[in-house]
Amino acid sequence: MTSSSIIALGLLALVAGCQQPGEGDAARSRSPSLDTLTLRGAGATFPYPLYSKWAAEYQKLYPQRRLDYQSIGSGGGIRQIRERTVDFGASDVAMTDAELAGTPGPILHIPTTLGAVVISYHLDAAPRLKLTPELVAGIFLGEILSWSDPRIAELNRGSPLPDQPITVSYRADGSGTTAVFTEYLTKVSEPWRARVGAGKSVRFPVGLGGKGNEGVAGQIKTTPGAIGYVELAYAKQAGLAYASLRNQAGRFIAPSLESITAAAAGLTGALPADLRASLVDAPGDAAYPLSAFTYVLVYQAQDDAVKGRALADFLWWAVHDGQTFGAALHYAPLPHEVVVSVEARLHSLRAGGQPLLQD
Amino acid sequence: MQPLEPSKPMTRLVTRRRPGRDRPRREGDVADRRFRLLTAAFASTSVVLLGAMALQLARASKPAWRRFGLGFIGGQHWDPSRELYGALPFIVGTVASSLLALLLAIPVALGVAILLAELAPGRLARPLGQLVELLAAIPSVVYGLWGLFVLVPWLRVTVQPALVETLGALPLFRGTPRGFGVLAAGLVLAIMSLPSVAVVGRDVLRAVPASHREGALALGATRWEAVRLAVLPQARAGLVGAALLGLGRALGETMAVAMVIGNRPELSGSLLSPASTLASVVANEFAEATDSLHLAALSALGLVLFGVTLLLNLAARLLVWQVGRLPDGARRA
Repeated sequence: MTSSSIIALGLLALVAGCQQPGEGDAARSRSPSLDTLTLRGAGATFPYPLYSKWAAEYQKLYPQRRLDYQSIGSGGGIRQIRERTVDFGASDVAMTDAELAGTPGPILHIPTTLGAVVISYHLDAAPRLKLTPELVAGIFLGEILSWSDPRIAELNRGSPLPDQPITVSYRADGSGTTAVFTEYLTKVSEPWRARVGAGKSVRFPVGLGGKGNEGVAGQIKTTPGAIGYVELAYAKQAGLAYASLRNQAGRFIAPSLESITAAAAGLTGALPADLRASLVDAPGDAAYPLSAFTYVLVYQAQDDAVKGRALADFLWWAVHDGQTFGAALHYAPLPHEVVVSVEARLHSLRAGGQPLLQD
Repeated sequence: MQPLEPSKPMTRLVTRRRPGRDRPRREGDVADRRFRLLTAAFASTSVVLLGAMALQLARASKPAWRRFGLGFIGGQHWDPSRELYGALPFIVGTVASSLLALLLAIPVALGVAILLAELAPGRLARPLGQLVELLAAIPSVVYGLWGLFVLVPWLRVTVQPALVETLGALPLFRGTPRGFGVLAAGLVLAIMSLPSVAVVGRDVLRAVPASHREGALALGATRWEAVRLAVLPQARAGLVGAALLGLGRALGETMAVAMVIGNRPELSGSLLSPASTLASVVANEFAEATDSLHLAALSALGLVLFGVTLLLNLAARLLVWQVGRLPDGARRA
């Protein structure tokens, strides 16, 4: 075999290789590189399953548009949108005023869906626990050390509680889940606010740290008497037991898609214009108090009109038709009141001074 | 390909003749020099990369050093929500878990190496060696999950209560048995670093000339005496290299440690209590850190890890050097 024939063969293989990964007939009939528009996003891991579902569904509707989302964490999402390396960022936690001050242009927060943090535990009798904010704070501060503590027993009469030490489990990696949980405790417990505070990484007074939802779930599963916090979707998938929490209205509410949406709906009057709203300890009879928005972050002034319009169209679709895909993945839909506010924000998106959405 | 081959020596002949004089050595000189330059370039990339990394880390961590000074290294508190950063709990956690791992791994690895290199017949040594090599190829997340779901419950239920009962008087074994902690991390790291130490150790032992063994055996030494007196002293430097390789793996391991150590940045004298390591806290917090001081503090931890690795390596070399300087009689006794 001569070297030229080797090169020819190699080229042939290259050409053949290039054709194969296309999406079959659709890819060959059109030249995809010319008219495909890719929206690139990065950020929170929590909404990743929903965003990938959206990417697939949206491409079915608009084959020329692609959504490329990388779940690198909320902090990474904020860093990337600040550096303008992505078309949109995503975060489970609203950006702080300090973070917003450092950006090259005004950033809009677009709530896309709702999630919840649940308090899971490992008790062999596995009763459905009821907990008050004071009890949760007491346990995670290390003041309540045993499951047989009278304060827990009083609330859970009829449930057999073992005489077992409590092992607290928390997220050791920085996470939006920790941010929501500690924001809640900071709001409902003065000792917690004074001693620990809120944030994506905090110094927990007691307990063991697990890496990721799976790390905390692993600690809860392997340690009898353990208690920790994980995302609702994760707790459901992992088959963990979780507690009902007493909300502001004094009722014990189990986390569910309905009670999470109720938390957002109860806020309507108090929803700030920039939509950076906290849902923890929300008012409303049916509200689950450990609920939270997750956000997409976009620049109000887009550089590229074509791309900006595609982004605005996609977000519009996401908060309307896209909401129906959430329930199967344990994401609660946005209440109508919030969608109306989001619409107003999307209408304020501009490119070169021109609005990107027609009315 | 075959028709090409005869042309090769011909071209070489032509180039050799071109200078007009018959100097067959010259081409070899040039090739030698090129080869030396090439290898030197490869060797220097590792040095340059190391330097570039250290420099980058130093630059990124500047705000943390400016805020805390050298007190950062001795600082005992790590509290991002209060902007308090100190590296000491992580340094202690890293050194404790890695040294524990080496302490557990080296005797076993040495045994494996001696068996594979000296005692086992080839029929057994080859497949056994391959199995050990396979152990080195298992990804660390698998070790971590195994640690989380198998090792930790076993430690909590069986090992740690026994330790507390028998040795509980020592501060090293005090505390509630929870499974997660320095002991679990040390065990996982020991298992992870064992194969590389054992395999390198085997190759080092094999490199000792057969005449040494034969000489010892001819003088009437037993198998064990031959290994102890003729082979091991010869291989000492190489064996230390093998151990340092294991130490490197233990110091830098992230995932498996993060899953079993309990991730608490706290100083505690007990092997039973949870701790945290330099590598694991960086991996845990970096992705979500947005605050610039937090990022700088994490970069500073990276720099500290560099320093700790360097110091431990130096200490090990120094130790070996000291032992090597002892008079023969003292060493044998």
